[in-house]
Amino acid sequence: MEIDPFIFRLSIFILSIFVGYYVVWSVTPSLHTPLMSVTNAISSVIIVGAIIAALASNEGVIFTSSTFFGYLAITLAAVNIFGGFLVTQRMLAMYKKKKKDKK
Amino acid sequence: MISANLSATFYLISGVLFILALRGLSSPETSRQGNLYGIIGMVIAITVTFLSVGNFSSGFFYVMVFLLVGGAIGAFIAFKIPMTAMPELVAGFHSLVGLAAVFVAISAFINPEAFNLGFPGKIKLASLIEMSIGAAVGAITFSGSIIAFLKLQGIMSGAPITFKGQHLLNALILISIVILTYFLCITQNSNLFWILIGISFLIGFLLIIPIGGADMPVVISMLNSYSGWAAAGIGFTLENTALIITGALVGSSGAILSYIMCKGMNRSFFNVILGGFGATDQSSKGKNKEQKPVKSGNADDAAFLMKNASSVIIVPGYGMAVAQAQHALREMVDTLKKNGIKVSYAIHPVAGRMPGHMNVLLAEANVPYDEVFELEEINNDFANADVAFVIGANDVTNPVAKTDPQSPIYGMPVLDVEKCKSVLFVKRSLSPGYAGIDNDLFYKENTLMLFADAKKMTEDITKNL
Repeated sequence: MEIDPFIFRLSIFILSIFVGYYVVWSVTPSLHTPLMSVTNAISSVIIVGAIIAALASNEGVIFTSSTFFGYLAITLAAVNIFGGFLVTQRMLAMYKKKKKDKK
Repeated sequence: MISANLSATFYLISGVLFILALRGLSSPETSRQGNLYGIIGMVIAITVTFLSVGNFSSGFFYVMVFLLVGGAIGAFIAFKIPMTAMPELVAGFHSLVGLAAVFVAISAFINPEAFNLGFPGKIKLASLIEMSIGAAVGAITFSGSIIAFLKLQGIMSGAPITFKGQHLLNALILISIVILTYFLCITQNSNLFWILIGISFLIGFLLIIPIGGADMPVVISMLNSYSGWAAAGIGFTLENTALIITGALVGSSGAILSYIMCKGMNRSFFNVILGGFGATDQSSKGKNKEQKPVKSGNADDAAFLMKNASSVIIVPGYGMAVAQAQHALREMVDTLKKNGIKVSYAIHPVAGRMPGHMNVLLAEANVPYDEVFELEEINNDFANADVAFVIGANDVTNPVAKTDPQSPIYGMPVLDVEKCKSVLFVKRSLSPGYAGIDNDLFYKENTLMLFADAKKMTEDITKNL
């Protein structure tokens, strides 16, 4: 009997929850704000679904009701991806160690 | 066009890169590299999607246009946003993830063939369930985040909005979402799908309005978690590993942060979610205590105390962010350090309006991160410190949490500020904090109240040092 591919995806999902659990507990509390902004950025990988939706136009028609929602989703996700990664970068650049010359 | 197996492998790689991006945040040194991994993972995922669709017609041109327009807006916001506004920004971004999830689900519902999910009216059962979950959670994330954003931005009052039968109404709506999903799967009726999305928007709105302004750290973390589960739901629909992995990561990340925040306030998650905290009669409690004697001083007294100290602990809170006092504070600390005084910062887990908010603000003001300590790390040091400088914090220093079992904040972990030889408390008035209770610290013998705007007071102290 063959295993439903859904079970494989479910396995990945459950294991990823555990990976996430351990990885996030090891994040230092002082970086919790960047953690939120970066998780924001990576969850916008939902853009892959939006791209598939937008490019699914069949008979050469670019804007149908379904591709329209795809384009909207692309725009929203793109705001998040660029905004999320860049603001994280900006924050992380500010975290500096004590300078050696200070006593 | 590349094969489905190859693209799935690449999606797996970007999923792993996202894990490494979070792993990097375990220390500030590795964090920048982690962020880079995240960006690479995203580039891989997007490129692979283009290649696997393999449609480079005029539609591709429009995709790039929309991508760049969105990207430009995002980049603009990222560079312009002041660090004090990070909670609003994150709430705003969450709403976008939620709405994007809803749009992708709608698009898949209208045109399931594009995703190999069957045909309109004959969508595969499993896909339809996953789609409905993704859309519903996405819609809740969207409207919930909008409310959180409005409350944080001050457009909407931070006061909890409660009404009779609220919990019953919410419960009924949640049950009806489940029932609707069931009938949607049986009938495949598109009207049910639209109603499902509509009431999910409504419940997201209703769930957040009763939660008070200072509980926002929990709310933001919780919405972070929701946005992850929404992405995972869509990931199952699209059979996309990158999305499933990311959704799970983000979902558990947000859940852990919510847990940490709740623990920092010694409140159960349900207690926060059901809301209405802080709505108790503040006025009556405030009045009968204001008779007690309070010692108040000016910048000169404060400067004198600190000059003669050998170690000072700074306790910043949300008030510091409101007064934009972080830069002035760092200048004061620099002056103290020049006089050979040891200075460290103590941060309570729920200081600020989102997890880690104070740390970012201090980092922005060029405070080295190895001078900033968490509650457990520094709490024993208060007994040996000469001066505690409380700026913009209140409830998190209240000794009542340890002594009075009747107090609403009893049991909440607090900073042992009162153990210091002397306490300097910068505050505009004696008004109680968010929890609506009086802070006993105000009336202690060794406390000197500095009634002023946090920024101005800090600057004045620096002048007098």
